Amino acid sequence: MLEVKKLRKSYEKDRPALTDISFNIKPGTFVAIIGPSGAGKTTILRSLNQLIKDDGGQILLDGNDIRTANKMELRKYRRQIGMVFQNYNLVERLTVIENVLHGRLGYKSTIAGVFGRYTQQEKEEAVSLLKKVGLENFALQRCSELSGGQKQRVGIARSLIQHPKVILCDEPIASLDPASAQNVMELLKELTEEYNLICIANLHQINMAKKYADQIIGIRKGQLVFDEDADSLSEDVLRTLYDQEITKELK
Amino acid sequence: MTDSEENIIQKPKIPRSPEIKLHETSLSRVMVIIVFSALILITGYTLTHLDTAGVQINTAFKELAMTLNQMFLQPNAGSDGVVLLIQALGVSILLSIMTTVIGAVFGFFFAVLASKNLTNAYLGATIRIIMAIVRAIPTIIWALIFSIVCGLGTTAAILGLSFHSVAYLTKAYSESIEGIDKSTIESLKVTGAKFWVIVFQAIWPTIIASLVSWTFIRLEINFANAIAVGAAAGAGGIGYQLFVASGMSFDFHETGFIVYLIILVTFMLEFIAVKIRQYYLSR
Amino acid sequence: MQSSVKFLKHKGWHQTGIIALIGGIYFIGSMILSFDNAKGLLSVPKAFNWLFVNFRPTASSVEYLPRIWQKLIQTVLLAISSTVVAAIVSMFVALIGSKVTGVNGYVQVIVRGIASFFRNIPLVAWSMILLFSFKQSDFTGFLALLLMSIGYLIRAFMEIIEDEASETMMALKATGASYFQVIFQAVLPQILPSVLSWILYMVENNVRDATLVGILTGTGIGFIFDVYYKSFRFDAAGMTVLAIIFVVIVLETISNQIRRIIL
Repeated sequence: MLEVKKLRKSYEKDRPALTDISFNIKPGTFVAIIGPSGAGKTTILRSLNQLIKDDGGQILLDGNDIRTANKMELRKYRRQIGMVFQNYNLVERLTVIENVLHGRLGYKSTIAGVFGRYTQQEKEEAVSLLKKVGLENFALQRCSELSGGQKQRVGIARSLIQHPKVILCDEPIASLDPASAQNVMELLKELTEEYNLICIANLHQINMAKKYADQIIGIRKGQLVFDEDADSLSEDVLRTLYDQEITKELK
Repeated sequence: MTDSEENIIQKPKIPRSPEIKLHETSLSRVMVIIVFSALILITGYTLTHLDTAGVQINTAFKELAMTLNQMFLQPNAGSDGVVLLIQALGVSILLSIMTTVIGAVFGFFFAVLASKNLTNAYLGATIRIIMAIVRAIPTIIWALIFSIVCGLGTTAAILGLSFHSVAYLTKAYSESIEGIDKSTIESLKVTGAKFWVIVFQAIWPTIIASLVSWTFIRLEINFANAIAVGAAAGAGGIGYQLFVASGMSFDFHETGFIVYLIILVTFMLEFIAVKIRQYYLSR
Repeated sequence: MQSSVKFLKHKGWHQTGIIALIGGIYFIGSMILSFDNAKGLLSVPKAFNWLFVNFRPTASSVEYLPRIWQKLIQTVLLAISSTVVAAIVSMFVALIGSKVTGVNGYVQVIVRGIASFFRNIPLVAWSMILLFSFKQSDFTGFLALLLMSIGYLIRAFMEIIEDEASETMMALKATGASYFQVIFQAVLPQILPSVLSWILYMVENNVRDATLVGILTGTGIGFIFDVYYKSFRFDAAGMTVLAIIFVVIVLETISNQIRRIIL
């Protein structure tokens, strides 16, 4: 269970980026965060694993507050929270399997991690996860040789090998063509159910959010204006969210 | 906090397989290893065989510290006086501006002729080879060669500095030109536009930002070179004053003062370059 | 060039103004420095004529070759070793000082300041100061090149880290990896090609700069050129220049090949 209570953040004085954001997410739920550009979607997502330090509030993962964790504890929380990025953020020169194994670094001693020493078990798991995301034949390829959709699946495998409770997806399909975007969304949806994950994705495509998400959170100018089942997303809500008619997107 | 090793994902139950490889040996990997080991080995060899001319390293470093102390903490204009030094600085700045202008004008002309997407292959290749040779000869040697023919002085310095400038900017500009999208050029070619019309209508505006950027980089290099030429080829300017103060009269207070003047100018050049780059990038 | 003039008219006064300004500075500069443009231009063919007559190595200048070759190898070795040592030092400093991997804001400002300072002290000043304490030796040349290279490489490495490594760095931080794990597993592999490319460039550059340092401090290829030049043995000086051209172009070709394979 992930509970966010009264999360606040401002980058400049008197210009809040987030004001009192609160929501709850149960395991096995795929959540989409929607809203116009600059509304604060990325800020919320990155606060959840403290890549951005927020100003106040609570972020409870199974009852423990991530915000008050010290450095060591924060590392432990972070390894339970996978993250998938718009630009994949892989080490392009390394192979696919090496990038997947990076997800294990949080569990390793510094020395073992620095030299990239992984156990047989970890390697086997990496191979089986690559099979799961459909890249079993690409394990030894350099990431720079992959297509966007394939890179994003490597990113997903990297987050899965962390054995996460939560996966955060920062615009996971914004750089992908429509077909790859479909694949990635389907994969995320499938994994959420299979592993009983909490999967939170920032999305620009409302139709995608409607189609795949169980729960939708709408953000406008740093404030939460909508937090319900995906089915309850109506044209009225979209109008307030985006300040204009977006009826076409809903169909 | 719950036990983080808790298996949310079930571990796959596959039989113990042989060692899983994480990467294959590729040419690129091998090359990286070869290059790095070669560099380290050469460095190790050189450092252990370095000729120190019997100088006691410890005392030399102590002396160096004293010199630096004189230079940077007690600078003064010395016997030459502020006015003379500022004048000499002005000469060096003028030298670097003029040679950059020469470099930019000729450099652009040659770059257009040398770019693979504009001219025929032979002319381009010829220019590129000549420029590679001109670039391979250090600026200081150009200046020394010209000082025999024209006599010591500004003419030799300007010509010497210009040669390297032209060659450097030809390469930089032509790389920018070769980076232009083909369609930009083709769209004008189909209208039947003449060669130089295409150059100034399509190419010039497209790459103006990178031209300006490269030209300012060269201006900074030329200022450094103007100092070097002044010192080692006796071509005047602040470089010559620096050479006299540090190598003949051993007045390190004055050396420090001159170095501060030079740093001031380079900071200014850097500042202007950044501002102009921002201006062109924002357009 | 008629059409170019037309084009400028279309573009309006802005560009014309800038060009006039630059042209004005140029001609005022020529006047102040009493540089005769026509005479200067004319002396170029004269210079080349002179070069071909006097600088042309003759059959007897081949005997200088072993000595030139020895000095040239020495210069290349110095250029490489100073670059490598500078690269190692600069990498540590850049990691501490970059916005992405750096310690904190104060350290970043200090590192930037130091790099800028080292870079902007002219090579001539380094050479002369070091010559005073370390005398005429290879070590003097090595130190001068080293100090100069450090200034350049710190800035280059910091920019590379900031441009290329920030995204992967964030991804690995998000997995809970520790600082050193992130550096060795993400930052260093990611920036490796660019770093190597800069090291190779710096070696080439240091070979050229070593000529200047050599003339000033009496070491390597610069010294031997200076000796031949000042004793009017121009055929030997020409031979030296040919050898420099050869080595620089070979180095450039090798570097380009290495870059092509690695990138």
